[in-house]
Amino acid sequence: MLDQSSANIPEIPNRAGVGYKAQHLNGILKDPSAIGWIEIHAENYMGDGGRPIAQLKHLRDMYPVSCHGVGLSIGAEGPLDADHLARLKHLVSWLNPALFSEHLAWSTHETHFLNDLLPVPYTQAVVDRVVDHIDQVQDTVGRRMLLENPSTYCAFEESDMSEIDFLSEVATRTGCGLLLDVNNVFISATNQQYSPEAYIDAYPLEHVGEIHLGGHEEDADDHGETLLIDSHSRQVVDPVWELYEYTLKQSGPRPTLIEWDNDIPSWDVLANEARLADDLLANAQLVAAE
Amino acid sequence: MTVTQTDFTAALLNADLATPAGMVDYQGRPAGKRFDVYRNNVVVSLIDAMETAFPAIHKLVGDEFFKAMAGVYVRAHPPTTPMMMFYGEAFPEFLENFEHVQQLPYLPDVARLELARRSSYHATDSIAISPDALGAIAPEDLMNVKLELSPAARMLKSAYPVLSIWNMNMVEGAPQPKAVAQAVLLFRPELDVDMVEIDDATHCFLSNLQNNTLGEAYEATLGIDETFDLGQALGLLLTHQLITHINI
Repeated sequence: MLDQSSANIPEIPNRAGVGYKAQHLNGILKDPSAIGWIEIHAENYMGDGGRPIAQLKHLRDMYPVSCHGVGLSIGAEGPLDADHLARLKHLVSWLNPALFSEHLAWSTHETHFLNDLLPVPYTQAVVDRVVDHIDQVQDTVGRRMLLENPSTYCAFEESDMSEIDFLSEVATRTGCGLLLDVNNVFISATNQQYSPEAYIDAYPLEHVGEIHLGGHEEDADDHGETLLIDSHSRQVVDPVWELYEYTLKQSGPRPTLIEWDNDIPSWDVLANEARLADDLLANAQLVAAE
Repeated sequence: MTVTQTDFTAALLNADLATPAGMVDYQGRPAGKRFDVYRNNVVVSLIDAMETAFPAIHKLVGDEFFKAMAGVYVRAHPPTTPMMMFYGEAFPEFLENFEHVQQLPYLPDVARLELARRSSYHATDSIAISPDALGAIAPEDLMNVKLELSPAARMLKSAYPVLSIWNMNMVEGAPQPKAVAQAVLLFRPELDVDMVEIDDATHCFLSNLQNNTLGEAYEATLGIDETFDLGQALGLLLTHQLITHINI
């Protein structure tokens, strides 16, 4: 387990943040108080210099930053990519983000990087593998990480444990925190036909350091049954807002990100999503104070 | 039934392969369309990445053709690192061999130019010397100095009017290309990449500057063009803030 008690890590407020997109910079600068923090995709800031890094250096003086990796492939059968891990360590060391997170997923196999978050079966052998990888990440980067629950479309026949048991054991053994993506919970629960509220009830909320919210698309499977697809391409839908509220009642307020990565809207539309999350967070803060 | 990541990857990249047995829906039925979500995500996200990387090629061949061609490319050359900002390195060679674009022989060099632009965009920041620094060197020492160029500088030499083709597609009002060979110098004064056409002699001179003294680079260039104007070439470097160090 990682000891980072001596590290000087910026605090992150229990407010809404947004996934940073360069086209929103002017909107952000006009009213910086519309959000409490920003999240970046680590891989977009691994170049040697130029505009992306210049902007990030500016933004980190304005906001706490959450560094969210999308390419580490923690669920891979093979070893982690040492070069990529070194790039991540470099980024985290100069950026000193308030939060650092990655996914329960894989994206690299042998020499292929597949640019998607691919699922893992839920078995003891995979828990052991993921624990080893997270230990390696935390030891190398020198930071506690948060692990995000996936959105799933299908299942592995070989799975013999629940997603929650899987995540709980990984968090307990590695000391990592959890990033609870409430939209992913809603998507997976719909696609796998279980109750999203029951999932939240069973979830180890004490490990949650951050919440994600985002939009999804609706499709149908071969049998005409609803198939939700995680697209980050539109507003958060009402049932996901309701599930978020349901979660906050149990977890108390947590830093909450609005993810919008495709069909990116104007700043006003995104800022409004952040405001909705901030309103619910403020309520949760009041309840927690009572 | 265990599904290995080798099985999963093969099925992702080849839609003719069956969905791996062992991928099921919530009732244990074969995953079918549910697995196709991953197939679609992978291919669509990689095609999008290609479109971002090669906007002029996209414009030149049109959206429908580009997407179909990129679909062939991304299956044949999936990324090898998570650094998507550099994805598409093998695209120029792919275009050289892709039978449906043989009537557009300049495409590979346009792709090379787009790769060079992106590589310059993400290159290490640097600070240029002031023009006075060069003037301050004693004339007798000048030919012995080594000039270090900005890490964001790139060059490209093409048998086609590659810069004019790029401009015509990406810059409003840019003139029609003339059928000439072009050499291009790319640079990044601050955060935006800029490009100028250079002649063969200047290309030769800049190539030689990398490992040689100024005098040696000058001599080598006179070997291909005895009318080469050193003052003009140095002026170009200073104007575009390309010299970062003078090593005496």
